[in-house]
Amino acid sequence: MTQKDPKLLIQPGPQLRQQMTTPVVMRDVWYALTPATLAGIWFFGLGAFLVLLACIAGAVLVEWYFAPEEKRGYFLGDGTAILTGWLLGLTLPPALPLWMAFLGGVVAVGIGKTIWGGMGANIFNPALVGRAFLLATFPIAMTTWTAPGDFFTIPSSLFALPLMTGVVDTVTQASPLGMMKFEHVDTPFIDLLFGNTSGSLGETSGLLLILGGLYLWWRRDLDWRIPVGILGTAIIFSLILFMVDADKYPGPIFTVFSGGMLLGAIFMATDPVTSPLTQKGTWIFAIGIGLLVVLIRVFGGFPEGMMYAILLMNAATPLIDMYTQPRVFGRELDQK
Amino acid sequence: MAKEQLAYDEFMKGLWRENPVFVQVLGLCPLLAVTNSAINGLAMGLASFFVLLGSSILVSLFKSYIPKQVRISCFIIIIATFVTVVDYTLAAALPVIHKELGAFIPLIVANCLILGRMEAFASRNTLRMSVADAFGMGAGFLFALVSLGAVREILGVGELFGIALFGANFEPWVIMILPPGGFITLGVMLLYFNWLEEKKNKIDKQLATEDGVN
Amino acid sequence: MSEDKVEQAAVADEPSPARLIGTLAIAGLVSGVIIIAIYLATFETIKENKARELREAVFRVLPNVSKMQKLLLKEGKLEVSYKEEKGEEPIYAGYDDNNTFMGYAIPSDGPGFADTISVLYGYRPSDRKVIGMWILASRETPGLGDKIYKDAAFVANFDDLAIEPPIVATKRGKSKPNEIDAITGATISSVAVARIINKGNDYWVSRLPEPGAEPAYVEVETPPEAEDAQAQ
Repeated sequence: MTQKDPKLLIQPGPQLRQQMTTPVVMRDVWYALTPATLAGIWFFGLGAFLVLLACIAGAVLVEWYFAPEEKRGYFLGDGTAILTGWLLGLTLPPALPLWMAFLGGVVAVGIGKTIWGGMGANIFNPALVGRAFLLATFPIAMTTWTAPGDFFTIPSSLFALPLMTGVVDTVTQASPLGMMKFEHVDTPFIDLLFGNTSGSLGETSGLLLILGGLYLWWRRDLDWRIPVGILGTAIIFSLILFMVDADKYPGPIFTVFSGGMLLGAIFMATDPVTSPLTQKGTWIFAIGIGLLVVLIRVFGGFPEGMMYAILLMNAATPLIDMYTQPRVFGRELDQK
Repeated sequence: MAKEQLAYDEFMKGLWRENPVFVQVLGLCPLLAVTNSAINGLAMGLASFFVLLGSSILVSLFKSYIPKQVRISCFIIIIATFVTVVDYTLAAALPVIHKELGAFIPLIVANCLILGRMEAFASRNTLRMSVADAFGMGAGFLFALVSLGAVREILGVGELFGIALFGANFEPWVIMILPPGGFITLGVMLLYFNWLEEKKNKIDKQLATEDGVN
Repeated sequence: MSEDKVEQAAVADEPSPARLIGTLAIAGLVSGVIIIAIYLATFETIKENKARELREAVFRVLPNVSKMQKLLLKEGKLEVSYKEEKGEEPIYAGYDDNNTFMGYAIPSDGPGFADTISVLYGYRPSDRKVIGMWILASRETPGLGDKIYKDAAFVANFDDLAIEPPIVATKRGKSKPNEIDAITGATISSVAVARIINKGNDYWVSRLPEPGAEPAYVEVETPPEAEDAQAQ
């Protein structure tokens, strides 16, 4: 039926095609993530790179296994599984045993995406589903942060046998958020900006994450309302708290540049599948995340709240979409 | 001979083909709540098994004396009596397990699986068949509880029936002994059973078409 | 037409109300008899189990104790009690083999991370110290919060702990006699245990008799109703 390189293509509309297909967008996101990723690997060493690879391997394997046989090539080709694994890897501590990272990748794509029916059908951001699973499953390993160290030293905890504990032998250090929450120690802004702090391997460098976001915005792959809404809300809310009691609550700059705030706001909340479709809905979504993050960080039991904030608003997305449907042109407001 | 065959069939139906949990998806409340270890699953399974068997026998014996207008009340009275017996016996004999299972022993009364078998089977079949059915369904439920509990215990604490399996360095999967672990494990098991079912259907279909050709 | 007939037949078949009531009454009666029988048969064992559980907990929080008795606060005075009373808030006094008073075991509870935590702790009035702690009931997160009773090192925090100023859980290594080491990853549960003991102390310490004036151990001539609380 289909002819290779047909002379004349006759098909129903739309005839006008543009270049913005899923693989193209995915490539753009890869390019945007690369600087921050390289910075993470630079600060945390080759071990961080291995953690990333393990996540991607787990994600891709599940994607490949559950894809219908005839579509296997295509399913990998669109690059979403690689991106899911990659994003998950960026949210993990750099000294996490590789088998856990691999398991995270499997859960991210398996439970986060495939089980819902594949790309476009999932409710929750797959990478964050993987991370939530890992955090609930291995709470200690997932909150053991190593200080940035020598490039070539690979923490031996990475090579723990499956099901076994990885003993962290490198220098551990509380993340800036943990220090703020439990000990009220501030981290210098310049470290937060460039990423020379402990934390997840891809979230530490604020500057490069923002650069990646700007690139995506320039390529029009990203709805600017989401990051702007999240960060704006977080800044305003934390500023209010900061003005109430500067000793007790962190300031807005710390709020924005610490933890997964930038990574989540730019690369995860903006996932088109799990964020609202309408403009009004997008604002509600973004403001909700901003409020929840600050609430969880300041008043909750956990030092970091970005993951739960995004997942909660993911869950609210269908509802938001339902209530923000624009009026169909030519119809009265109260008509159904 | 034929009777033997039928009773065996009823038993296998409950244990496997129409497994109350994996196929009918009944009785999930106690299933998810108490299966954080294999031993708890076993205790809960045996308790439910006993209640189901006892109630089935009584309901089947007295089915012609119970007017249908009050049958549900009678079933519940019978079930509740057996549950109370189990509750007190466990509290006296195995206080530790009784404490672990807590409110879920009395809640067996409300297990839809048991009332469901009374209404759908024991009140309409002979004593012999009802016993076979109760054995099958009870064993099926027990099987589900123990297998779920075993998976969760192995991954969650690295033990099976309290015996350590992996040595001191085991990293427990904390989520598995928490409620979400129950849902995830059950989900994966349902997935597996549905996959088996689908595979079987495919083979049956194939056989049927081949037969047709012949 | 024929359907009507069937319906009429069904109505005629309808059992009389007396029959319905009778069936339910018989079912209820038989059920009641069985339940009472099993209740009576297991009553003693269940009570013994509970008493043994309590005794074990008391002996755990009060070292070197081999006897105990229940004390109730009556009009501001601690009195030995044998009976179970409604709404009572007992504490337990522990004695060694020579009937020397060793300390009180005080129950207290309060909110933890997941649900209410019930604590029993040993208190020695002579030097105003907590000398042992045991969790009676909790639903803390397995693997993290449940270390408040599974982690021997954490439990050992309470073997010799000053109660003034109030107990503090710290993450930086204990350095003062009133400090305990919080469990890594379960700070909330650790702080909760400290808070629950402080709460117990707030209530009880001022109500206890002067050191040396503790109720003496009363040898029980085992009156039948004394068994429940005493069980010794």
